[in-house]
Amino acid sequence: MAALDALALLGRTFLKFLEATGRLAVFVWNAFSRAWRPPFYFRAVGQQMIDIGYYSLPIVGLTAIFAGMVLALQSNIGLARFEAETQIPEIVAFSITRELGPVLAGLMVAGRIGASMAAEIGTMRVTEQIDALVTLATDPFRYLVFPRLLAGLITLPLLVLVADVIGIFGGFVVSVQTFGFNPANFINKVWDYLVWDDIFDGLVKSSVFGFIVTLMGCYQGYYSRGGAEGVGRATTNAVVSASILILVADYFLSALMFGV
Amino acid sequence: MTNGQPKIRIRNLHKSFGSNQVLRGLNLDIGVGESVVVIGGSGSGKSVLLKCILGLVTPEEGSIQIDGKEVVHISERDREELLKQFGMLFQSGALFDSLKVWENVAFGLIQAHGMPRKQAKGVALEMLASVGLDARVAEMAPAELSGGMRKRVGLARAIATSPKVIFFDEPTTGLDPIMGSIIDRLIVHSVKQMQVTALSITHDMASARRIADRVAMLYNGEIIWDGPVAEIDNADNPHVDQFIHGKAEGPIQMQVRKP
Ligand SMILES: Nc1ncnc2c1ncn2[C@@H]1O[C@H](COP(=O)(O)OP(=O)(O)OP(=O)(O)O)[C@@H](O)[C@H]1O
Ligand SMILES: [Mg+2]
Repeated sequence: MAALDALALLGRTFLKFLEATGRLAVFVWNAFSRAWRPPFYFRAVGQQMIDIGYYSLPIVGLTAIFAGMVLALQSNIGLARFEAETQIPEIVAFSITRELGPVLAGLMVAGRIGASMAAEIGTMRVTEQIDALVTLATDPFRYLVFPRLLAGLITLPLLVLVADVIGIFGGFVVSVQTFGFNPANFINKVWDYLVWDDIFDGLVKSSVFGFIVTLMGCYQGYYSRGGAEGVGRATTNAVVSASILILVADYFLSALMFGV
Repeated sequence: MTNGQPKIRIRNLHKSFGSNQVLRGLNLDIGVGESVVVIGGSGSGKSVLLKCILGLVTPEEGSIQIDGKEVVHISERDREELLKQFGMLFQSGALFDSLKVWENVAFGLIQAHGMPRKQAKGVALEMLASVGLDARVAEMAPAELSGGMRKRVGLARAIATSPKVIFFDEPTTGLDPIMGSIIDRLIVHSVKQMQVTALSITHDMASARRIADRVAMLYNGEIIWDGPVAEIDNADNPHVDQFIHGKAEGPIQMQVRKP
């Protein structure tokens, strides 16, 4: 009997998963299929880009610089075992642009933006503001959801570009200060080693992460119910689901990019 | 007033939330330019009725026709077009708290009707003045307003686009009696001057008498009585009689423990 119960639970969970996936797909479809019809809310897109990009600069910058610093520190120890300490610049540049820049920025933005979007849209839902939008002949998908998704897609790569520079600078500081690297040598090595694909692949990833974060924020907020408590739950769900999806997507995108 | 085609025609409307059957076969006609007031106990489904007509809530069964056209399952695009001729005052106000008061009032003009911001602001200030709010309030955020002020801003927003049909969900609840009368007069004025069809919900019988051409009573998910406002005192219906006189004893049993 216990086995049967477990099976039933598995089945139910699977069905729930399918239902949620379907609902999410319809949500995305609504946002993109209706976006081609006017009116277009350019102001809203601009506002969201500032919110996601500009106001996230401090925390993303801080995360990136420490990531770069610790990377230099760790690789020095690791590389010393092969007497390959001179490869620090390459390791730092490669890891930051391909992996740490996009992932850390994505996770930070998930905490900052995903949560606030879910809270804002969730509050609008439970206080009937979304209903009010509809009665004022304004489509919430075009007015609220699409500008956020678009801003996420565009802005995160820009943010990550900045994070890449700051992150590599962090590695540079530690290498030069602590390990006595020649500054010009460090920069030259990074410059010679990095290929356009490293940066480009990182930016593609971050665009996907930006989409995941804003989508989870909007989706969880849009379907929240049950007053303040429901909004709180939506906020938590948005951050948790976005963080998990970012790490999962990161693996598959990397595999795809390396043709594994 | 129900000569010709009604503006809104509702037949056999059913809506439940889980096991809670709120509307159970509701019928109602509202004529063009008519002002109908729906009365009924708290939680009887009055707000749900308005939301069904607007398409915010989808009924399980029944028909809603507006100008003779079925609207329950129309497309998103058609609904958007349809709602341009509607105005709605929400019971809770439902003001956009990220926007200033005047931007709330001007929202429909700017977003749905494409009016330039400057011109829309002028209209918004006029609308706010007609509900007794000045230019200083126009620059405030909704969070800074009192309950009654929010209601009046919601009212100004509902009428700003000069809609053909306006729904008022408890327009005078939370207002002092004088402001209540002023708002009632504004509603009557809109209906008579602009040929607006109005559907209002209220618990305030004095207000109902002032704004209604016709009164309909919602009980147990149906309209159990419906007639001209003048006949309400001789309705010869024990439910209506109990309700308008606010008697604790009668056929309507509220689910409370007796003290
Ligand atoms: N979104 C919803 N989900 C679940 N139940 C709901 C929802 N909206 C309304 N209800 C239920 O429908 C019933 C009618 O609610 P409604 O808001 O229409 O009452 P009302 O007649 O407007 O009352 P009041 O005069 O107090 O505003 C209530 O029992 C309420 O619990
Ligand atoms: Mg109500």
